[in-house]
Amino acid sequence: MSFDEIQLIRTIIAVVAAALFVAVSVIFLVYLERKVAGHVQRRPGPFEVGPHGMLQTVADAIKLLSKQPLKPDGADPFLFWLAPVAAFAPTLLLLLPIPFGPILTGFEVNLGLLLILAFSGVNVLALCLAGWGSDNKWAILGAARSVAQAVGYEIPLLLAVLAVTFTNGTLNLSELVARQGPYPWHWNFMTQPLAFFIYFVCAVAETNRNPFDLPEAESELTAGFHTEYSGMGFGLFFLAEYTNMIVVCSVCTALFLGGWQGPVLPGFWWFLAKMYVLLLVMMWFRWTFPRMRFDQLLNLNWKWLLPLSILNLMGTAFFMKLF
Amino acid sequence: MFALRKMGEDVLGLWSLVKGLKITGTLFFSKQVTVHYPRASVENLATFRGPLELVPSPEDPARPLCIACMTCASTCPTGAITVIKKKVPKPEIEGSDEDKTALKAPTKGPGKFTYDYTLCCQCGLCAENCPKEALRFSGNPCSAGTDRKEFEFDLLKKLLNDERCQTL
Repeated sequence: MSFDEIQLIRTIIAVVAAALFVAVSVIFLVYLERKVAGHVQRRPGPFEVGPHGMLQTVADAIKLLSKQPLKPDGADPFLFWLAPVAAFAPTLLLLLPIPFGPILTGFEVNLGLLLILAFSGVNVLALCLAGWGSDNKWAILGAARSVAQAVGYEIPLLLAVLAVTFTNGTLNLSELVARQGPYPWHWNFMTQPLAFFIYFVCAVAETNRNPFDLPEAESELTAGFHTEYSGMGFGLFFLAEYTNMIVVCSVCTALFLGGWQGPVLPGFWWFLAKMYVLLLVMMWFRWTFPRMRFDQLLNLNWKWLLPLSILNLMGTAFFMKLF
Repeated sequence: MFALRKMGEDVLGLWSLVKGLKITGTLFFSKQVTVHYPRASVENLATFRGPLELVPSPEDPARPLCIACMTCASTCPTGAITVIKKKVPKPEIEGSDEDKTALKAPTKGPGKFTYDYTLCCQCGLCAENCPKEALRFSGNPCSAGTDRKEFEFDLLKKLLNDERCQTL
């Protein structure tokens, strides 16, 4: 077999593994989210299907799969059905360059970080298409919000990532992890605390999670961009949202929290543990903070995060030159 | 100057986010306040305003304390209660021993006492104004049905076969 063939087989295996990982994780994450919501509100959460409600999300997935996909009369059929696919398809690619363990990387690539940042932008386009194609006022308002939000928050996120790559001199995620040590004081989070903070806030905003879930905003826009979607159309948006959460938390783990590095346990478990802690924090945020107003959202971005990230980058560059 | 002070306030405002996280964090680990409904029930059901019920008289549980004075029906703001007086034959002055015992039994009482739960607003005016305290809210939380007709209760019949929700 030639090198290309091996590479092809490897990529196919990686994509299938990523799809499996996503499916299992999302089912577990939705369950976790509901349990967190329940316990924060001092109720048990899902409890009836399976032991402690473990099979609740499986039941919901079956329900979503078996529902009829409906299209509103005035909707653009091509864009309407393209949007959920466009939202979910790139997310599998995003998982490939992430180093889940010392040798557990789906697709070793020098510009892994750039690949993730580039393809995560497709999600915004998908939301925009969904809003436009639905021919619904709530959907288009949600889409408009999501575009304004994503364009705004992408910039400080990029600048925060840039500051870390400055100090390490690489865009390869595996190498970035390898440069950090097993203990917290070896992690990039120690040298770049502000970048970590900015990255995490922007990550929450980029994945449209509370308190930045304005594109969905149940109480104002019924369901925002996915108002008109039923069955698996909605299911794919849902999958994409949770996969994006997994991706931003994985990148955060690799960039700032030492990735798979850790004492005693094998690397994969450390990576998973760190990622899930971040996901839990995101859920904790969701059930704590109320949704922001749209002007507050943009003010926070343009007046705080952007100047702070620029200052952080300049400071980093200054210190890199100095020492 | 103003802008600087505003910025300072905003930064201090971050502390409130930490406070919020602390509250939800402690709530996450504190005891749950809801119960698994069909298998368990809360303790303070007595305070629950379920559908109305007639209070049985202490001597005869099948007989209500109600004297059919119609106060409840006339105070009810939604007209959920209908009371029809019992028709009692006029007692004769002279008679046998049997008639005398019949005299002892209360002559006033409802012949029919219907209560439409779908109209009831649970204001409690009926129970409050009842001169005999013959009406009360049952603590029954399990009122479910598939038809409106199921909620037109005949309270006298209910009194005869008094049964609380079986699932509890």
